[in-house]
This record gives sequence, C-alpha cells and structure tokens, in this order.
Amino acid sequence: MDRNQSHRNRKRMLKALHFAALFMTMSIICIPGLWIVLNSFRPTVEIMAKPPVWTPSFTLEHYRAMFGGAGEGGVPVFSYFRNSIIVSVVSTLIAILIGMSGGYAFARYRFKGKAGYFVGLMLFRAVPGVALSLPLFIVFARVGIIDTHLGLILAYVAMNVPFTIWLTDGFFRQIPKELHEAAEIDGCNRWQAFWRVEFPVARSGVASAAIFAFLTSWNEFALASQLTRSVGSKTMPVGLLDFTAEFTINWGGMCALAVLMIVPALILTFLVQKHLIAGLTFGGVKG
Amino acid sequence: MTEVTLSNVVKRYGKHQAVHGIDLGIADGEFVVLVGPSGCGKSTTLRMIAGLEDISGGEISIGGRVVNDLPPRERNISMVFQNYALYPHMTVRENLGFSLSIAKKPVAEIESAVRQAAEILGLDELMERKPAELSGGQRQRVAMGRAIVRHPDVFLFDEPLSNLDAKLRTQMRVEIKKLHQKVGNTIIYVTHDQVEAMTLADRIVLMRDGHIVQVGTPLELFNKPVDTFVATFIGSPPMNLINGTVMGAEVIQLADGVSVPVPSSARGLVTDGQKVHFGFRADNLMPEGHSVQEEGEKASLDLSVTLTEPLGTETLLFTEIAGTEVQAKMLNPRPVRPGEKLTFQLMLDKCHVFDAASSNAIRS
Repeated sequence: MDRNQSHRNRKRMLKALHFAALFMTMSIICIPGLWIVLNSFRPTVEIMAKPPVWTPSFTLEHYRAMFGGAGEGGVPVFSYFRNSIIVSVVSTLIAILIGMSGGYAFARYRFKGKAGYFVGLMLFRAVPGVALSLPLFIVFARVGIIDTHLGLILAYVAMNVPFTIWLTDGFFRQIPKELHEAAEIDGCNRWQAFWRVEFPVARSGVASAAIFAFLTSWNEFALASQLTRSVGSKTMPVGLLDFTAEFTINWGGMCALAVLMIVPALILTFLVQKHLIAGLTFGGVKG
Repeated sequence: MTEVTLSNVVKRYGKHQAVHGIDLGIADGEFVVLVGPSGCGKSTTLRMIAGLEDISGGEISIGGRVVNDLPPRERNISMVFQNYALYPHMTVRENLGFSLSIAKKPVAEIESAVRQAAEILGLDELMERKPAELSGGQRQRVAMGRAIVRHPDVFLFDEPLSNLDAKLRTQMRVEIKKLHQKVGNTIIYVTHDQVEAMTLADRIVLMRDGHIVQVGTPLELFNKPVDTFVATFIGSPPMNLINGTVMGAEVIQLADGVSVPVPSSARGLVTDGQKVHFGFRADNLMPEGHSVQEEGEKASLDLSVTLTEPLGTETLLFTEIAGTEVQAKMLNPRPVRPGEKLTFQLMLDKCHVFDAASSNAIRS
C-alpha cells in the first residue's frame, strides 16, 4: 500500500514537472509571435513605453497607416503580397516537380555515382545562401534578371530542390517496390504506375515537402534583400525593411506587416496539417 | 494454349550468375512449383517470366510467343506477391478492378468481373475496405482476387503464404488448390517450403544455386530423389543418410561395423570399396509391432532410443546407427522412455544408395 502510494506520488510529480517543462518550452517558442501580434494592435507609445504598459489598448492605426498613402507611412502591401505569392508558389511548384523526380530516381534506380550525387546535393545545402548572394547578384545582373520574379524564383528553386529530393527520396524508399511491379503487371507502364499508384501513396510526403519549400521561399529574407530592388519584385520579408528609417524603426507597422505575412502561412499549414503529420509518420503505409 | 517454355534461361547480375541456363517446359493448366533454399534462383526465374527482371540469356515463351523483350503488361500474366502489394490508397473493390480500369474496360464489365472474383474468394463483405483494415488472410485473398479478375494466361505466385501464420497457411493452401481446380489456368508457384510444394504441385521443380536439380511429380521426388540434396530437402523429416563403404557387391558396411545388404534397386551398380551414403526415410525404419505389415526384404536392428517426439497418430523416435543420428517412426505409439532398446525393421526395398563423391543416387 505504502509503496504504491509513494510510487503514485512520484509519478504525479514527474508529470507535473513534464508539463512545466513543456510550458516553458512552448512559451519560448510562442511569446515572440504573440508579441508581434499584440504590438501590431498597440499604439507606438505603448510599444516603446518603459516600464511596459501591462494593460494594452487596442488600435488599428498601424494597419490603417500601412494600407494608406505613401505620406502617411503606407507601404505597397498588395504588391509585396503579390510578389511573395508568385515567387513562393511558382518556385515551390518547380522545386517539387524537379525534387520529386530526383527523389524518385534516387529511391528506385541504380546508377553510377548515386551516393556521390546524393552527398553532393546535401553538401550544397550546407552552403549558407547569403554567401552566394554576391556571386548570384553579379551573375543575375549580367544576365539581366536582377530585380525580377524570375531571378528570385530561380534562386529559390536551387535552394529547395536538394531538400525536396532528400525528403521525397525517403518517402518513395518506404513504398515497397512490389507496388509498382504489381501495377506494371496489372497493365500500367512505368509512368502510369507512378501516377496511379506510387504518387497517391506518397502524396502526404510530397505535401510535406511542398509546405517546407513554400515556407522557405515565403520567409526568405537574406537573398531576396540582395536580389530585389523595386516594388515590382520585393517580397514581404524585404518589405519589412520599409519600416526602418535612418534613426527610427516603426515597430508597430513592422509588426502589422509581419502579421499579414504569418497569416497565409498559418492558414496553409492548417490546411495541409493532416498530410503533414501523416507525412512525417509515414511508416504506417504497408502494402 | 498457354504453355510456358524456358530454354537455356540465364540471369547475370554483373559478374555474379544467379540462374545458369534453365530448361523447363510447363504444360497448359499445369500447377508447377519452383522450390529450393533461399538464393537458389527460384524467385529470379519467376520474375524473369513475369518480366520484372531482364533476361540475360536464353528464351522465355508464353503461349508460343517469345516474351523476352515484352514488358510485364503485354505478357498477360498476373502475379501474387509475398507482401501482397495491395494498393493501400484504394478500396478492395478498386484494387480488384484496377487492371481492368487501366485497360479502359467498360464499367459494367469491370463490375461484373470484380463481383465474380469477389464471390469466388468470399470477399463480398470487404469491398469498401482499405487494405490496412484487412487481416493477413483477407489481404492474401484480395491479392489473389486481383490476379484472377483479368483472366490471365498464367498465374505467378511468389511465396504468397510465407507472411501468414501456420494455421492460416494451411487454410490458404487449400484455397489456392481449389482456385486452380476452378479456373484451371497454368500456375507457376515459388516457395521455399517443401510441404507447400508437395501438397500443391502437379510437378515440382527443385532448384539449387541457379540450377534445376530435379523435375517431377511430388511422389517422384519423394520416392526417387536424384541426389542427397533432393533426398534431404523433400519430405519431413528429411531422409536419414549414413556413411558407408561397399564390401564386395552385396553388402554395405556402415561406419562402426554394422552392415546392411545393398538394396535391390542398386544391386549390380556399386563396386567393391565404393564410398556411399546409405539413405532411408523414417517411414522405413519402424519398431517391431508398430510398423506397417509389408512384404519385402527387411533387416532387423537393435537400437536404443535417445529422444521421442509424439505426434499423436505416430511418434518420431531418434536413435543412432553407426554414430549418425537417425529418425524412425512408430505407428500406434506407446510411451517410450529415452534409453529404451527396441528392435527395428528396416525396409530394404525402400532404401537408397548415393555415391559419396558425387552425391548422386545409384539406382537402376
């Protein structure tokens, strides 16, 4: 009896500790985001106040200003948003098409230097993107695609393809090869076997690869800040810089734009969440 | 007519040769089982017939048509895989109808074919389920259903029962045999389990190291094995083999001085001093009073039992002859204690002699 009681107490305590640790971790992850959302709705005076104001007041002033004319601190939100969407969606689509083909090839075919290629792709990912920004800038400027959607799309495709290959390779590898063999015996050619059987089975994996690629492009700042100049091509992360002046930073406005950036990403993540989780715990699929 | 012919079929993986020029003719409607230990090339051979592996040399024809360079879909075969390979994203109905929908058959035709297959295999109640919601035996049946829906010329089975538990395996074995009786197609079946081979096959093809060792009906392989490999692979328990030397022309001297007469089937074919393996099955060594009453030449041996395995209708007795452990069978068994001495009858007519050097059978 006694032993059981103490055992139970111990268990209860461990559980409490567990929750406390979880709470701490989640706070560290979530509070900056919360801070951004809250501050986008607070007057600038309150944001800068020292000591902090604990009971926040609510204002849409930053949003009004942001969508307003240039003189009132407005920024071309719609252009930035459009640029971000175009660049992210197109680069994700291309990266998924190329990456999926690559991943499938690595998973299914034997060819010379396969391991070498694979390691090479991964090494390519180890190079920080910023380090490439100067050479990219020079090359793009020469070719004449600096400050265009195309330039940025190219850069993001190059960034995302290796990761997509790596991820989809893993998913295709887990599909037993008998599945496409069965499909071929059932009358498919290789192409049909892929689209009718293997792709649907790996769909969740491809979806998670796509969301990773999309978020990378959507949030990328370092390269975009070098390769874009004008309203016609600047993406939202670069647009955030519009709120910095020589001596001041418009925190409220910046937070408001950041919220606009976060919302689509959040919505997208929620939409494909089911696939994402299924994709990350893919082992459940068995012939 | 859908006979399958393999002539001098070779499979090479780089320098390694997996199948060494196989010749095999399979008649229309025949149930042929390829059996052998793992790595003997049986699955590779099947996959070459299916078109899933390239053929490095030789020729395979199905129904008189050479299929060497045809993709699987043009060979009109269907295959049941060891891991079933059901399409996990489709329901049972879609799985069954997949091949027909790929062939762009009219919906009504697909439906009736699927219904018919489902009826044969008792899948009617599972039609809307996904493979993940099925038990192993049900998945196996769906895989078979998927194979029969298309009315192929030839069925290929690649170890279809090895993922099932023992009881289900026996049950599915019967179903496969019934299926063959119902549809009557040519079946080529790969397994490593000699019991499956014995029970299912019209003809067994026993393979080892990429060669065919023996082809024949189950009873031919059981009663007239061409060498010691066949003798020990086919039949359970495996054939007992004891080293011996031929003395004169009539007697085989076993290791520790026990001698037995040369079985009639080998008489006149052995020479004085030849090293041989003397072989017999447990069924042919039985204790007196617990054996089948059969005419024929017999030898009596007094042996002490070291171990017993009661199986109900019979008991397997382990004993030693000339320092080699052998198994004997006791019919209408009574309890036997280890160490007990019994007089055994050895049915000499049913014994085998194999040449020790080549391990080939010596038989007229």
